[in-house]
Amino acid sequence: MIRLERRAVPSRLWTVATPVAAVLATMVAGGILFAALGKNPAEAIRMIFWDPLFGPNASYFRGQLLVKAGPLILIAAGLAVGFRAGVWNIGAEGQYIMGAIAGAGVALAAYPAESPMIFPAMVLAGALGGWAWAMIPAVLKARFGTSEILVSLMMVYVAQNLLAYMAFGPMKNPQGFGFPGSRNLQQYPSAHNPELIAGTGMHWGVVAAFVAVIGTYVLMHRHIAGFRIRVAGDAPKAARFAGVVPGRLIAFCLGLSGALAGLAGLFEVAGPSGQITDSFNAGYGFTAIIVAFLGRLHPVGILLAGLLMALTYIGGDLAQLMLRLPAAAIQAFQGMLLFFLLGFDLLTNFRIRLGRARA
Amino acid sequence: MMIAGIDIAQLVAMLMVASTPILLAATGELVAEKAGVLNLGVEGMMIMGAIGGFAGAVVTGSPALGFAAGAMAGAGMALLFAFLTQVLLSNQVATGLALTLFGLGLSALLGQSYQGIKPPATEKLTFGPLTDLPVLGPVLFNHDWVVYLSLALVAGVGLFLSRSRAGLILRAVGESHDAAHALGYPVVAVRVAALAFGGALAGLGGAYLSLVRVPQWAEGMTAGAGWIALAIVVFASWKPGRVLIGAYLFGGVTVLQLRLQAAGFAIPVQLLSMAPYLITIAVLVIISARHRRGAQVAPASLGRVFHASR
Repeated sequence: MIRLERRAVPSRLWTVATPVAAVLATMVAGGILFAALGKNPAEAIRMIFWDPLFGPNASYFRGQLLVKAGPLILIAAGLAVGFRAGVWNIGAEGQYIMGAIAGAGVALAAYPAESPMIFPAMVLAGALGGWAWAMIPAVLKARFGTSEILVSLMMVYVAQNLLAYMAFGPMKNPQGFGFPGSRNLQQYPSAHNPELIAGTGMHWGVVAAFVAVIGTYVLMHRHIAGFRIRVAGDAPKAARFAGVVPGRLIAFCLGLSGALAGLAGLFEVAGPSGQITDSFNAGYGFTAIIVAFLGRLHPVGILLAGLLMALTYIGGDLAQLMLRLPAAAIQAFQGMLLFFLLGFDLLTNFRIRLGRARA
Repeated sequence: MMIAGIDIAQLVAMLMVASTPILLAATGELVAEKAGVLNLGVEGMMIMGAIGGFAGAVVTGSPALGFAAGAMAGAGMALLFAFLTQVLLSNQVATGLALTLFGLGLSALLGQSYQGIKPPATEKLTFGPLTDLPVLGPVLFNHDWVVYLSLALVAGVGLFLSRSRAGLILRAVGESHDAAHALGYPVVAVRVAALAFGGALAGLGGAYLSLVRVPQWAEGMTAGAGWIALAIVVFASWKPGRVLIGAYLFGGVTVLQLRLQAAGFAIPVQLLSMAPYLITIAVLVIISARHRRGAQVAPASLGRVFHASR
């Protein structure tokens, strides 16, 4: 008879070991999936996890790593703070879009003026755009008790439609020969978010991601506010006695994650992506949820998880090109990873015992 | 009857078709939540039902078998969720999100070779002279069998929960799993069964999308329908009859919005497409504001992990 016994404190070993175990299990299950698609599983796994770093064209792919990891880490760092507090912002994708629209809006309004003030103003607008979008579910939750999960998610679809409207309407490039999409910000020096060190993929968004990791680490582990956030998540009643005001906590968590997601969107639209189009968003807001959990909601873990997830994006693209693996396969692969992680997490909080329980 | 150039009877008939996927999914989710499990993976189960049903119908040539396959795909996803949350005791919110992300990816993968195909048609039933009745005919007596099944399921679930002993046990498990466990009821088994039922209905709803409503397979074609089903359960205060009202209200907004698009109103298409989501939010806010003043209506054990210590 197998029995589960709750640990008094979560196992430190398994806290670190579960993500590794989950990645290995995903490789095995993913291999089976790829084999079922008629691809060589070993080759596919190597292409996803190894070739982007050490394969023949690795020098190009290594630069892409930071480009993809930047937004994931930036968004996940904010989400993790909320998840710790039991505030479920799952609409980061929408906040990402709104940050991009707000930031690009500033740039397009200033065009073609050149000024060193334009880019900082865009950054501010991007953060504000994401923040404002996240404050909608925050206010509704604090004021009326409406589920922030459902509202933040609904707001993603609203943002997506707004993005399409912008791309086809107000933000359409007047010199774009009628094609949808805004002016390309990469060709507008004051607004461009360039690669800072050639070949590394390092742009201001990646810098912001590192700052966010350090900032959330200090907040969560070195500051009384982080302690309160963690208490609120683990023991809501105790938190109230400790003087945590639920409404303020919700507004802070959603506002922070919204602002960071908005920043990610702004840096993306001003840098790697370049323009507002109706398909500008690539699902970073949702993948960041996986990153946050894979990183154990810990800033350092998120940094590593973001890099790993970026690797699967790049490797997935590579496998798509070389093995004609469908693009969707990598999405299923990422979903699988989260499943394994949540399943293995049992070992963090419980001991598995054989034999009958003592009375 | 015509209002502003729109035939009302035809509009109501279209509304029923538009609402059916959400009605099915919301009814299934209601049962799962009544048993105390919050499954946020409705979207993932629906999209798996959509591709499962589509593939099943195309391969066998029979829409009925397609719907069965869709229901099975949804139930299979739900059992995966059940294994993680009930056996491995994982967090229900996170696992539900994982189910959605995984379902969206896997369905896109499985659907590669089904793009641009037309599925075998699901015939509308006719009831002889009743179908030819003005107004009532198109509204009540000229739908496919799934529309009638969905209405029967709402009634059946309502009766099951309020009138049967098994329904009482299910609600007991949802209100207080510790008390139900102490009384000797199999908490985990009840929850797994409720989840599987909910998944089957979500799958059926997804299959209805790809086989009747659209009818085609496209990646991510559920477009938030699963999330709206979750919202409708809250809107309905966990009462089956109100799920019907909520789903039809939502279907009405969707159809009206599409009608306005087709009629070429001066509002951009993208802004009109926001309407269903914005109205869902508005309705959620009204309902939650009312709940805040009144009694708690959600099942008391909803979303809490059950671990029998002995």
